[in-house]
Amino acid sequence: MNLILFTFIVLLGFTSYYFGRRKAYTIQSTKKRLTALPQFYGYYLAIWCAIPAFIIFSLWAIFEPTIVKLLVLSDYSNQGYLDDELNLIYEKTKSLSRGQFTGEITPFIEASAEKYLSLRSIAQSSKAVIVLSIIIASVAYAYKRISSNSRTREPVEKFLNAVLFTASLAAILTTVGIVFSLIFQTIDFFKVIPLFDFVFGTHWYPAKAFVRDSSEALDPTMYSDTFGAVPIFAGTFFIALIAMCVAIPIGLMSGIYLAEYASSKVRQYAKPLIEILAGIPTVVYGFFAALTVGPFLKELGTSMGLEVSAESALAAGGVMGIMIIPFISSLSDDVITSVPQSLRDGSYAMGATKSETIKRVIFPAALPGIVGSILLGVSRAIGETMIVVMASGLAANLTFNPLESTSTITAQIVVILIGDQAFGDPKTQAAFALGMSLFLVTLCLNIVALRVVKKYREKYE
Amino acid sequence: MRKNGVKMIKIKAKDVDVFYGKKQALYNIGLDIEENQVTALIGPSGCGKSTFLRCLNRMNDVIDICRVKGEILINDFNINDKSCDVVRLREKIGMVFQKPNPFPKTVYENISYGPTIHGMAQSKQEMDEIVETSLKKAALWEEVKDRLHEPGTGLSGGQQQRLCIARAISVRPEVILMDEPCSALDPIATAQIEELIDELKKEHTIIIVTHSMAQAARVSQNTGFFHLGHLIEHGSTDKIFKNPDNTKTQDYITGRFG
Repeated sequence: MNLILFTFIVLLGFTSYYFGRRKAYTIQSTKKRLTALPQFYGYYLAIWCAIPAFIIFSLWAIFEPTIVKLLVLSDYSNQGYLDDELNLIYEKTKSLSRGQFTGEITPFIEASAEKYLSLRSIAQSSKAVIVLSIIIASVAYAYKRISSNSRTREPVEKFLNAVLFTASLAAILTTVGIVFSLIFQTIDFFKVIPLFDFVFGTHWYPAKAFVRDSSEALDPTMYSDTFGAVPIFAGTFFIALIAMCVAIPIGLMSGIYLAEYASSKVRQYAKPLIEILAGIPTVVYGFFAALTVGPFLKELGTSMGLEVSAESALAAGGVMGIMIIPFISSLSDDVITSVPQSLRDGSYAMGATKSETIKRVIFPAALPGIVGSILLGVSRAIGETMIVVMASGLAANLTFNPLESTSTITAQIVVILIGDQAFGDPKTQAAFALGMSLFLVTLCLNIVALRVVKKYREKYE
Repeated sequence: MRKNGVKMIKIKAKDVDVFYGKKQALYNIGLDIEENQVTALIGPSGCGKSTFLRCLNRMNDVIDICRVKGEILINDFNINDKSCDVVRLREKIGMVFQKPNPFPKTVYENISYGPTIHGMAQSKQEMDEIVETSLKKAALWEEVKDRLHEPGTGLSGGQQQRLCIARAISVRPEVILMDEPCSALDPIATAQIEELIDELKKEHTIIIVTHSMAQAARVSQNTGFFHLGHLIEHGSTDKIFKNPDNTKTQDYITGRFG
């Protein structure tokens, strides 16, 4: 029903576009000069069709359920039901009307369900009638109003402006919403666990918190020495460090090769190939690390007489580094390519060789951009989850031995939120606290990266 | 410069052809450049004068699709020969570009760049001397001596171009190539550069590509006129401007085309 109505409105929109344009052409044929191109007249009418439709649809979506509910439940008023019971009755009515009700069907509820259905159909048809009549009225009004010198271009441009603004507003509001949901849960978490214990505690064992019987009251002492985040922060930065040790040299050198040495033919094929690395899902990297690299390192280590855990920080970090190569390579390639050719010419004309030119002129000029790309790579490394979960183990060991297993913030969030969890439980809230700290770290990194890149942009202006 | 009444030839180009891919840009250019004189190359846009200039320090090597044929003798040595070391060549043949292109480094580092890569200074003191002399020769010392360690890109356009000239002369080249060095500058900065060119020719051979006929007449002793990849006429500036042999030259100089 809604779909048909919607299609109809869209068709109506196209029709009004057509009529608007036709009217403009008619005016034009009488040798009058239009104030805007004919299509603007069309768009203008289409907007007069779209805005009322949108307003009525949203009003309906907001008020229809409430009104229907009020009407259905009016039969039960003055019978002494509590609000909760009324809600239950209403839910039963709704599921019965959908034919999904499995409980005992009382005549009361059956009557309500019928009433509900009839109210819904009335609402639907009245919506269709109201929407269509208002649209037709508004389009007709606008159609009459347009003449050779009416302003159609400005409203159309303003409308576009508003649409684009709404889109960016939606993105921003979502971000703000996510941050707020993090903040409130995090605050709740820190009401139970002291901030000091979280930041400086060296023992992370959230499973302990889950052992408690839910009927017992919360006992803060029980959580001491449970949520110390130092091991997982250390693990996060350690694995990110290993990843960057792989990604920075390889990424940077391949970026320099692509930008300066590769012939245009090689570049044409090599660049997309490297960028394919960025398109591989991280879960694939994850099992590559867990099933190929991890066991390989273990065997290699054993043959050299080293004790290597099958899930090692080295395997996870190394594979993560490979994943980050294309980001650094591609970004630094772009940055280096955008260094003006005149600087290269200037250096070559002084008798500098290619490598001298790169080392002394191009690299310093591109450095801010390269630093920016590296920082973006770091924030990816810190936020990466799948590889670590699969390849580096879940036990939060405080270690800086790359051959042992360790864990990261992201992996711990996964561990906490997999399986059963209770809201309001410190264990669940710990995930929010971790998420919040992760968010703060990557936010800072991104801000620094953006600043550096911006500084770079000003350089050649 | 004449020695015993004989012209000293610094650069001798013979049968130079240049191709960009399949398109031929220069045909059979033969031109002698006199030592310690200013030679101006004039002609309408796209006539090949800049291409020819870039042949002289093999800057065309940078362009993948560009091929150069023929002989260019500098001090009787063919620079298109395989045995020619481009790094040494460019040390001897400096170049100044159309748009000032100082490196995004300090004024000091801009000048010390060439001497450093060619290992010309053994100590900090020697380098300081090179920087000071180069800047003085480029008539920029007085203006920048207090801001040697500020970015070269912060100077004005004319100062930047003089900085580039100072950079070029820091390695004491024998020849300086200038590719429309004043086209991005205002008249005052242009006048300063022209004065400088006159000064520089005492120690260097200068070849300047210019769009401004007036500039060619003011600064040069010899002029070559290019048209559609051909060197139409060359000779002393006086002769080319007052009494050219070729009607095309005459037309171009009097502003009938170009």
